[in-house]
Amino acid sequence: MHMQVGEHMSASNVSAPINEDRPLAIEARGLVKSFDGTMAVQGIDISVPEGAIYGVLGPNGAGKTTTLRMLLGIIDPDQGVRRVFGHDRPHDIGRLIGYLPEERGLYPAMKAIEAIAFMGALRGLPLAEGRKRGLELLEKHDLAHAADRTIRQLSKGMAQTVQLLGTLVHRPRLVVLDEPFSGLDAINQGKLETMIRALADEGVTVIFSTHVIHHAERLCEGVAIIAGGKVPYAGSVETARDRIPAQVRLETRARDGAWTAALPEDARREGDFFYFSLPETGVEPLLKQLIEGDAGILSLSIERAGLHDAFVAIAGEAAARQLEADQAGASS
Amino acid sequence: MSDHDQAAIDARPRLSRLEAAWVIARRDFVAVLFSRAFLFFLVGPLFPVLVGGLAGSVGGQVSRSAVTTEIGLAMQADDSAAMIAAAETLRPQLGRSIPSMSVIPEARGEANFDARAFVNERRGNYAAVVTGTLAAPEVVGTQGQIDRWSGPIELVAATALQTSPGTFPSSSSSVVARSAASERTNRIRTAQASQMVLFLLTMLLAGMVLSNLAEEKGNKIIEILAAALPMDAVFMGKLFAMLGVSFVGIAVWGALGWSFWALAEDAIVVVTQTDFRSLPGPAVGWPMFLLFGIIYFSMAYLLLGALFLAIGAMAETVREVQTMSMPVTMMQLMVFFLAAYTITLPGSALETFAILFPLSSPFAMLARAALDETLWVHIAAVAWQAVAAFLLIKAGSLLFRKRVMKSGGAGRDTKKRRLFNRSPAQQSSIEPAE
Repeated sequence: MHMQVGEHMSASNVSAPINEDRPLAIEARGLVKSFDGTMAVQGIDISVPEGAIYGVLGPNGAGKTTTLRMLLGIIDPDQGVRRVFGHDRPHDIGRLIGYLPEERGLYPAMKAIEAIAFMGALRGLPLAEGRKRGLELLEKHDLAHAADRTIRQLSKGMAQTVQLLGTLVHRPRLVVLDEPFSGLDAINQGKLETMIRALADEGVTVIFSTHVIHHAERLCEGVAIIAGGKVPYAGSVETARDRIPAQVRLETRARDGAWTAALPEDARREGDFFYFSLPETGVEPLLKQLIEGDAGILSLSIERAGLHDAFVAIAGEAAARQLEADQAGASS
Repeated sequence: MSDHDQAAIDARPRLSRLEAAWVIARRDFVAVLFSRAFLFFLVGPLFPVLVGGLAGSVGGQVSRSAVTTEIGLAMQADDSAAMIAAAETLRPQLGRSIPSMSVIPEARGEANFDARAFVNERRGNYAAVVTGTLAAPEVVGTQGQIDRWSGPIELVAATALQTSPGTFPSSSSSVVARSAASERTNRIRTAQASQMVLFLLTMLLAGMVLSNLAEEKGNKIIEILAAALPMDAVFMGKLFAMLGVSFVGIAVWGALGWSFWALAEDAIVVVTQTDFRSLPGPAVGWPMFLLFGIIYFSMAYLLLGALFLAIGAMAETVREVQTMSMPVTMMQLMVFFLAAYTITLPGSALETFAILFPLSSPFAMLARAALDETLWVHIAAVAWQAVAAFLLIKAGSLLFRKRVMKSGGAGRDTKKRRLFNRSPAQQSSIEPAE
């Protein structure tokens, strides 16, 4: 599926459903929320099929957290509808949901094992069962030694892992993670990615927000790109990438000649290379003209657009720059 | 838990409000009860009582030893002996009104003893000195002491002269529990005392609720709770947990007070100058009155606690909590004064208002239980207070959801009209952070 760049820049929302055969875990239509006259999100549509890993992608302040909070029923939208497993009120199925908020929080004086059990109890899991499962989870993540330590005695990373385990202890069918990778080192980020994949393998729907595109690109089946409180794109990652034509990189021996007229209009020269979008007609007619024009082709590569390119095209340069700044800030 | 149990969770995918409140109440109750802070909280109020008791006791002792009520006698030996004997005769009837008397050693056998000089030179430790004869006693002392003791000394001298009765007829007594005139006055004292105790306990203990939510916001726990459970269930759980903790506190203080009373009953009566044993009984009787005390304390606690929770939910820091709660504390004080004032205005419009206004209702109704034996009004009042507490909790949780869990920061200002136009930079500075 190829689309012109001009179409990507369209302000209208685009929805590219992913795997329509599966029932939807989350369905939101036209969500609007403002705080004291300040519009936080304006008309968000999201559809997440059961069992999918879904990313909510956008720079800080785009409205990701507000969107997730509305989906979970922590706050109600001013307009629009949301359904989680077909229920209008997410609290009605609270025991099926696990939520890790962006601002991590635990009772500092509570033991790690008790914190996990308590978070399970909030979702209807008996405390004794929560302790048993909590210990199993801690052992699985090499944290059994920390079970009886209070939260204030744990490192930040350990406390974060404990909270994540508390989010999962009641075996939810939907896991919502708000910026789960922030604050984690590279090793723990890798572990978290593995954990998310394992959840999806078990049929759990995982939706997470992030401003780090690579996580979404590696993990997600579908994404919603949020910028300025709107969702200019929601759908599969593949479709998002397909919305940008593949990029061609051409290296020639000749610097100039009549053959340059055969290059597409968007071609630009950077050093020894020409860069341009893959023409709709494909690369073969162009190759023929270059050979006939004696351009002296040294190399030619076609690169498929990444999610970052798609994000730039969809959300705009400003949002992309802010996203990059957020990523730099997070990594520093 | 077996897979079957997991299936049961999936089949009933939400906790009832009661279950949800129980999860919160259980954690909060245990966490507060076993915290060091609670131990200090328990011990805290005992210090003023202990210090006050000690100070009262020591002060009383000092006062008693400092105030001399002994009268020195500088009379003829026979007269002095007669005075002392007469004083002993009168004391059983008149108690402390009759001073103790003793012969001044320096005056013994001294016909020219100068009482004025003796007193002026501040010799001896006598309240006053009596010279002269039984028929014409002269009191030497300061004006205050003369005013105080002249009458009793004259009575003692008259008795010594046998011009007043030397024997007294013994009267029999027939005690009645109460009289029509005294009953209401006595019950008003009970009503006032119970209102005061209720007010002190409520203010002392409801403060625990105040910082609870602010601390949880500080710990970032609150979003986890709000995501998992309906906010009104969270509020309710917190309130009942703190109510439970309060009862523990009251039980501990009550047990200590009872033990103290059992050990030093007489001393307490002397130090406090209040005979608690003879406190007038309330109209509904002591057992029912104590039951009402527990119920109305619970209702006052829930009502005030719900207000404090709403405030705590909106505040970001403990300092903000203190600032924001000040008007409520002041209002509670006014409500207490209102309820106290209406004790003497039964059946008035003001008393009706105090009973109907939710925050003053528990105070007014407890006073009513002391003064009036009608019971059904209490059932109606408790029902009304419960409804008011429920509405306050609902309103607080609604406010929390609407005002507190703000997020998003794209800052797209939708207000068409603004009192002041702000620059984009100014606008962004007031946007809530995501």
